[in-house]
Amino acid sequence: MDQTGATPTTLSQRSSLLVALRQFFGHHGFLEVETPLLAKEVIPEIHIEPPCTVHDRSKQWLQASPELHMKRLVAAGMPAIYQVTRSFRGNERGPLHNPEFTIVEWYRVGDDMQTGMALLDQLCQTVAKTPPAKRTSYGEAMRTHAAICPHSATVDQLNKRAAELEITLPDGMQKDDRDGFLNLLFALRVQPQIGCDEPEILYHYPASQAALAKVTQCSEGHQVAARFEMIWRGVEVANGYDELTDAAELRRRLNDVNRQREAAGRSSLPIPESLLAAMDQGLPDCSGCALGFDRLAMLAMGLPSLAEARAFGRE
Amino acid sequence: MATYSTNEFKKGLKIQIDGTPYQMIEMNFRKPGKGAALYECKLKNLIRGTVTDKTYRAGQSLEAADVSEFTAQYLYGQNDSYVFMDNESYEQYELTAEQVGEASRFLKEGLDCQLVVYNDNPIAVTPPNHVVLQVEYCEPAAKGNTATNVQKPVKLETGAEILAPAFINIGDWLRVDTRTGDYIERSKNPGS
Repeated sequence: MDQTGATPTTLSQRSSLLVALRQFFGHHGFLEVETPLLAKEVIPEIHIEPPCTVHDRSKQWLQASPELHMKRLVAAGMPAIYQVTRSFRGNERGPLHNPEFTIVEWYRVGDDMQTGMALLDQLCQTVAKTPPAKRTSYGEAMRTHAAICPHSATVDQLNKRAAELEITLPDGMQKDDRDGFLNLLFALRVQPQIGCDEPEILYHYPASQAALAKVTQCSEGHQVAARFEMIWRGVEVANGYDELTDAAELRRRLNDVNRQREAAGRSSLPIPESLLAAMDQGLPDCSGCALGFDRLAMLAMGLPSLAEARAFGRE
Repeated sequence: MATYSTNEFKKGLKIQIDGTPYQMIEMNFRKPGKGAALYECKLKNLIRGTVTDKTYRAGQSLEAADVSEFTAQYLYGQNDSYVFMDNESYEQYELTAEQVGEASRFLKEGLDCQLVVYNDNPIAVTPPNHVVLQVEYCEPAAKGNTATNVQKPVKLETGAEILAPAFINIGDWLRVDTRTGDYIERSKNPGS
């Protein structure tokens, strides 16, 4: 085990999970695709660092997810595609993180958030034999476990709540960093309590954390993101969207991401013009989802960390 | 001064904040996929022994502390201070009664302890978890009473008073847990 990270038994179970996964997508009419790992463009995100490489004086990035290219394939007329590939996120290392990991990502035209969540749930039940997932809105989860409404609370109220929950604020935390406070409360006090028995799918994240999801109005009248995440035993397993299809809105959000990156002292990233052009041509309404396969395998096999679920996970 | 940035954070790291040395005894990396990375740390104050929770965000850093730990022999005590010697360099270090704390009750000349030194100054000492010490005084053993649940105070050769079973006699050797001050068992003379 010291030599390989995962034991041969684990690797054989992992292989069976992959076979079941491909069968699941096959049965549901998905085509398996492959897209570049190394590319001149990325989708800039505030808190994700794609590793940069330099070839012949031109920069290329290892992709943090296959989203950019898979959406271009959807726009080009492929209505149901999936991929099992590697993704790369710099500086993420811990029992539940590794800079290189196996991601499963899929898109299906015609799906919205509800059908997207249903497909994710069905996949986990079929492949990893999970019990049916519970569905909870992000707002409800925050109200239950942190006693605060994430949509209506002021930043002062969030700050006060963090103190009451005995969270020590990181030095230099901006007093008006609303998403920063939401992230502290969610990551430290809420997420560890989500999905303790059956997997739990949270949906309707704050509009400010929409990333590439459509923004909509929830039944309580708040602006929310049509974004969902599956959390199982406190571990985030998958993240999905009712995909944003409006190129102008995406350009506005990405410019905003780059402004925030620069304000935080990190370099801005190139805007993915190829994706924006494809969306201008027309990205049909669809739902997409990305699943951390190492984490699903770890949880399905009852292992304590990713290192035991991957070959050479200790190196 | 060397620093550790958040992506070098790990359990066991010795760092200093405002001139106080700490050891990182726990580090949890938490990062929601779309959210900011958080490093949840438990820091042990190496001088006072207290533990503090701290949260850091990616890109922050902590100053490295010049802290070393090595085996040192207890030599002697004088006027409320205790003198130890590094077993390898033979360098001597003097600690105050406050720095030695409870451990002083079980210090016997020649005992190998773990000494913690910060910027060349000794700050803490830990004796072995178990030591064997001779009983200097106790009431006579109750005849025929071999039950271990009846206890009486006994005074050890270092002056420490602990509770031991009623069958213990003056001159017996006892194995004692230095963390709790509890009697463990009667032992052979370690010198014999």
